[in-house]
Amino acid sequence: MADAEIIPMNPHARSIGRAHVRIRCRAVTSSGRPCRNYAVGGSDFCRVHGGADAPVEAVRPDAPAAASPPADVQSFARRRSRGEYAVDDFGFDPELFSSVLLPLMGILYERYFRIRHVGVDRVPSDGPVMLVANHSGTIPLDAVMLQYALATYHPARRVMRNVGANLVWEFPLIGSLARKSGAAVACEEDTVELLRRGEVVAVFPEGFKGVGKGWRERYRLQRFGRGGFIEVALRTRTPIVPVSIVGAEEAYPMIADVRPLARALGLPYFPVTPTWPLLGPLGLLPLPSKWIIEFGEPMEMDGYADDAHEDAMLVFDLSDTVRDRIQQMLVRNLEERGGAFF
Amino acid sequence: MAAMRRRILITGVSRFLGLRLAKRLEHEDVDVVGVDLDEPVVPVENMEFVRCDIRNPLIARVVEATKVDTIVHTNIASEPARLGGRAGMKENNVIGTMQLLAAAQRARRIRRVVVKSSTAVYGMQPGEPSIISEDHAAQQTDLRGYGRDCAEAETYVRDFGRRRPDVALVILRTQNVVGPTVRTSLAGYLSLPVIPTALGFDPRLQLLHEEDAVEALWLALDDDARGIFNIAGGGIVYLSQAIRILGRRRLPLLLPAAAVTADVLRRTGLVDFPVDQLNLIVHGRVVDIRRARERLGFVPRYDTRAALEDFRDNRDAATVQKPGSHPAWERELFEYLKNKVDQERERV
Repeated sequence: MADAEIIPMNPHARSIGRAHVRIRCRAVTSSGRPCRNYAVGGSDFCRVHGGADAPVEAVRPDAPAAASPPADVQSFARRRSRGEYAVDDFGFDPELFSSVLLPLMGILYERYFRIRHVGVDRVPSDGPVMLVANHSGTIPLDAVMLQYALATYHPARRVMRNVGANLVWEFPLIGSLARKSGAAVACEEDTVELLRRGEVVAVFPEGFKGVGKGWRERYRLQRFGRGGFIEVALRTRTPIVPVSIVGAEEAYPMIADVRPLARALGLPYFPVTPTWPLLGPLGLLPLPSKWIIEFGEPMEMDGYADDAHEDAMLVFDLSDTVRDRIQQMLVRNLEERGGAFF
Repeated sequence: MAAMRRRILITGVSRFLGLRLAKRLEHEDVDVVGVDLDEPVVPVENMEFVRCDIRNPLIARVVEATKVDTIVHTNIASEPARLGGRAGMKENNVIGTMQLLAAAQRARRIRRVVVKSSTAVYGMQPGEPSIISEDHAAQQTDLRGYGRDCAEAETYVRDFGRRRPDVALVILRTQNVVGPTVRTSLAGYLSLPVIPTALGFDPRLQLLHEEDAVEALWLALDDDARGIFNIAGGGIVYLSQAIRILGRRRLPLLLPAAAVTADVLRRTGLVDFPVDQLNLIVHGRVVDIRRARERLGFVPRYDTRAALEDFRDNRDAATVQKPGSHPAWERELFEYLKNKVDQERERV
């Protein structure tokens, strides 16, 4: 990583351009591990553990509450078979999501990737929010895991809406599954409309450059598109929460990209991983890497002028700030995670 | 002197929407002139029927002679079979609209033109916005068949608007219409006992109830109405969900096979489902209806689900032919035919 951004690897050291030292919370979580959130407001504890005399509560409840497999499978099946369920205009099917999709995601999240989340409560509990995260791992499982984290561990159990690029919608099955799990199309119209309706929208500004990058470039943030997400956030005055996701890179480490094959199939890249296409369909199984998802402090977007979104310089600046924050969190969490698999 | 009685010309008056609008205006304080190739199956009171093909330049004489001040153009058709194939359909839709507007441009009395277009003008590609507003630039290059006709007709309407800025223009882009009585390709498709779908694709459907479609045309006659409006019921259902609500089975086919099936169904005349509308049952199409609510006062009585349920419940009743369960439109038709037969008998 000779040419990587110069970011201190030690989380307790001074961060670039900002001369302050951040101290970690002293509380112990219910799972017996030290809390990894930062202390706030001059105290020794983070927001969750809220000061010295607050009870030491779990950051991570043992049983996720949002995923609720149907209690009465028969009546569930009957209702589904009669079409007696509601979906929103974008095609989000809340019942299918919480009864079927979330429990399935949970298996990956809890058992397979053993994901730890940090600072999920920094995401505002109501109103529009834009999550901006790094994108990696050949197959965008990171978006799905992020969605699970928010639906399960956020105090308000917020449903995160993904926005998928064109390619997602061209694939059979994947497209309709994405819709039912709340995804919309990655375009300005859809993002604005979702935010207008007060939803949490996740954007991955790296796009295909992020998921399609090789193993050598792991955890190195790619270019952040054209900053369209900042324009939308400024226009709709939506707070941005930077999110770093560590672990997805190792789930599908892309050791090569077969360009001619990708071109022939009309794909942005054709990945070769240690198991794919060597082991055939079995190679689609992700490797059991260990993940950390960290939510950063929200960046408010309502202190700017009405036409701020047309100020290209400001848009680029803000885009860079978000990018820096994510990169810093990435480096810190990468260090903390230790081994990629155990 | 009292204000001049309004005179409204309706094209396509023998087709569903035109006829229903004419019926709606029957007892209003307006004069209606109906234009079509065939006489309406149901007699309309207080309506002058003129048998005329809108493709024929004679339509200008009709517009002039009938002294109408409003034109409601409902004759852009989506079913090729009725118009002698795709070529005839295109003639009717595009050339017909051109001729009609050319006539309207000459006629100094014209104050208002209402054109029933369709949401098909948006086409539907996978990457389009999930909820399409009126300002969305349709990618005309992708359009085929009906959608293309509508888009071309709309450009002529806009040209007309530039040349006659004194005329109030309303374009209604209606979503797919279903209901107990209307016959559309989608209604035919959803009436199949086993409904072929594209494997792995489950489009969102947004529907417009036939009564709401008529209501929108009625609202477009209002003095303040002008502009382009999406007209649809609220909410959506998935195609898979719609098939379940209808209590039917679906037959998922690989996409190429689905295209072939659609073609076979069309050729055999089982369902007049043009292949260009196949995109609808692969990618779906949902439009934003806020503008119509805010500026046209259009509040659909049936949302998508209710429209579908009404289609299921009352269309079944109509096909089973239980006495007394016919919808008003068909009942009128039966009475009309019965009277005809009685008259014939008397003459003999």
